[in-house]
Amino acid sequence: MNETPHSPGEARPRAAREAQPKGAADPGKGRVDHAEAAKRFIAAPEHLKFHDERLWDIRMKRDRQMHAIPEWEELRRLASAIKDHTLSHLDTYLEQFEAAAKANGVHVHWAKDGAEHNAIVLGLLRDHGAKTLIKSKSMLTEECGMRQALVEAGIEITETDLGERIQQLDAEAPSHIVMPAVHKLRRDVSDVFARTLGTEQGNDDIHYLAESQRMTTRPLILEADAGMTGGNFIIAETGAVVVCTNEGNADLSANTPKLHIVSVGIEKLLPRTSDLGVFIRLLSRSALGSPITQYTSHFRSPRAGAEMHIVLVDNGRSTRLGMPEFWTSLKCIRCGACMNTCPVYRRSGGLSYGFTYAGPIGLVIDPTFDKHKFSSLPFASTLNGSCTNVCPVKINLHEQIYAWRAVMAENHELPFAKKTAMAAAGALLASPRLFRAAIATADQALLSLPRFAQYNALNAWGKGRENPRGAGQTFHAWWAKNRAGKAKAAAPGKQPS
Amino acid sequence: MSSRDTILNAVRANRPAPVDLPDVPLFGEGRDDDLLGRFFTAFKLMGGTVLELGDGDPVAPLRARLGSAGVVVSRVPEIAGTRDLDLTLPPSSLADVDIAIVRAAFGVAETGSIALSERELGVNTLAYLAQHLIVLLDPADIVINLHHAYRRPEFARSRYLVFHTGPSATADIEGVLIHGAQGVRSLSILPLPRE
Repeated sequence: MNETPHSPGEARPRAAREAQPKGAADPGKGRVDHAEAAKRFIAAPEHLKFHDERLWDIRMKRDRQMHAIPEWEELRRLASAIKDHTLSHLDTYLEQFEAAAKANGVHVHWAKDGAEHNAIVLGLLRDHGAKTLIKSKSMLTEECGMRQALVEAGIEITETDLGERIQQLDAEAPSHIVMPAVHKLRRDVSDVFARTLGTEQGNDDIHYLAESQRMTTRPLILEADAGMTGGNFIIAETGAVVVCTNEGNADLSANTPKLHIVSVGIEKLLPRTSDLGVFIRLLSRSALGSPITQYTSHFRSPRAGAEMHIVLVDNGRSTRLGMPEFWTSLKCIRCGACMNTCPVYRRSGGLSYGFTYAGPIGLVIDPTFDKHKFSSLPFASTLNGSCTNVCPVKINLHEQIYAWRAVMAENHELPFAKKTAMAAAGALLASPRLFRAAIATADQALLSLPRFAQYNALNAWGKGRENPRGAGQTFHAWWAKNRAGKAKAAAPGKQPS
Repeated sequence: MSSRDTILNAVRANRPAPVDLPDVPLFGEGRDDDLLGRFFTAFKLMGGTVLELGDGDPVAPLRARLGSAGVVVSRVPEIAGTRDLDLTLPPSSLADVDIAIVRAAFGVAETGSIALSERELGVNTLAYLAQHLIVLLDPADIVINLHHAYRRPEFARSRYLVFHTGPSATADIEGVLIHGAQGVRSLSILPLPRE
């Protein structure tokens, strides 16, 4: 924290608390500037340190769970194959699911896009005279912008997941698909609750904050006209919807009011109940490093006297299915493991991506929603492949990120600085002579240049990272000095090029 | 064209080349001994409380817990509650229940989970609105892992079926674990065979 000098006698103001960095600015018709938002996140060292360490801790817990299961890699292979199979027969499984759900007394609706989804939900609420809605966390409803649409139509919505409730009360999007408020420190939450729930100003005891949320949310749950959940999986064989939570809030949202609405993407299908063994064993271990979520709930049929409606949402998924390089992103089970392991995500925060899906999976699916708006995202990656290694359904994330860069280049979506740098790099890499000269110069420069010359506004590689120590000698120079003569003698007539 | 047909047509036009559906093994070999011990180890890791059977009176530990409690709803014949569950009242009417007692349909050793359906609960919110949940589990009803669990007949016949693995929990503020996020503050299990 910065301490500013004060003249004697002047009252010292309370040390300024580091403000929570806000996310990427709304770009309107332009593109989301991830780098700009990331820069502000890095400029908040307390938030950055907590975020980075918290997510890496979860990654390590995930590894411990993985090592405790001898068949882990076989489970990943099975999960990947089951998803490949289901997506390659998605039309028939959707029809099977619809028939099974209807036979269970469930109403099934189909929504082409987010607007139609929101209209269907609003229609159901109006049909039932419902003015208040309690819901569990659903990234799909975030993707569809449902909360804003319904609030504008006069519906009062209460998020019942603690993290999602914090974000709702702070009028901010979730920054992580599993832990919506992971970018906030306890005092940020304390400020939000003091402002919106009337909790004690400055009390940032976590037990107090969580209990305050429980006590203020419960009356809203008991009195709500309708309840809503998402779906982690839907089962073609039985028509069941499977929801995984730790708080039990989905079970309250679905079981308390007379109306239960499920919003779910068409890609969440699995063929059989027995397939769930594979996916439930992988999901929470990958997501949070716990063997299973506290609650794994299977909703197959409405309880007596209640109604259950399922809205199957496309919103670009059927188009993505036809993209040869990118369709396997539909296998995603939204565990967030790729986000937790990603060095760029951990150090830039989910809000800097400017959309519901952040981190590696966001880089891959966000551009399918808007190629221009999200054109800078595929560059927010080191391509280290860690995301691919931890993905429980074996999506080749880093390869898809790379493929998106090619798409952006073809569509002339490269930012100016990258374009200029790439043209220069192209000339350099095309000429071995120029390349060698440049490498030798760069190594010497890294060894001898003072810091101010390496870390300044002109050098993008010196921003937010340390440059590597240069080698004293290039391999080519070493070879010319030590081996070239011997190689020539061994293979006369051949020159090392 | 309806949205349904629009979506199905688009899926048909865009679906990738067919891939076979693999068989899923049960992965149970070498893990079928001491299922109750494995169950309790996993259950405690998830924040669950294990109750020991009493000498002579097996439900004595329950009686001790109920002594100071207010409203108790019991769905098991082994012990009486203070209020009968009225199935005609709305689910929200259970908000004042202190302790609910039910019997699990079955348990899962791998994860320490117990399964409950509307058959065991009577009213589904009982397992969430109560402050504390106590579950009787017959050790003979424990299966090895989730693969075995998903072969159980309850999935096809229950309207609602849920695995509980420990009490309601959240770590949404700075990763600090809190029990009793929205649902029960504690989940206790008594390993009592069915009558």
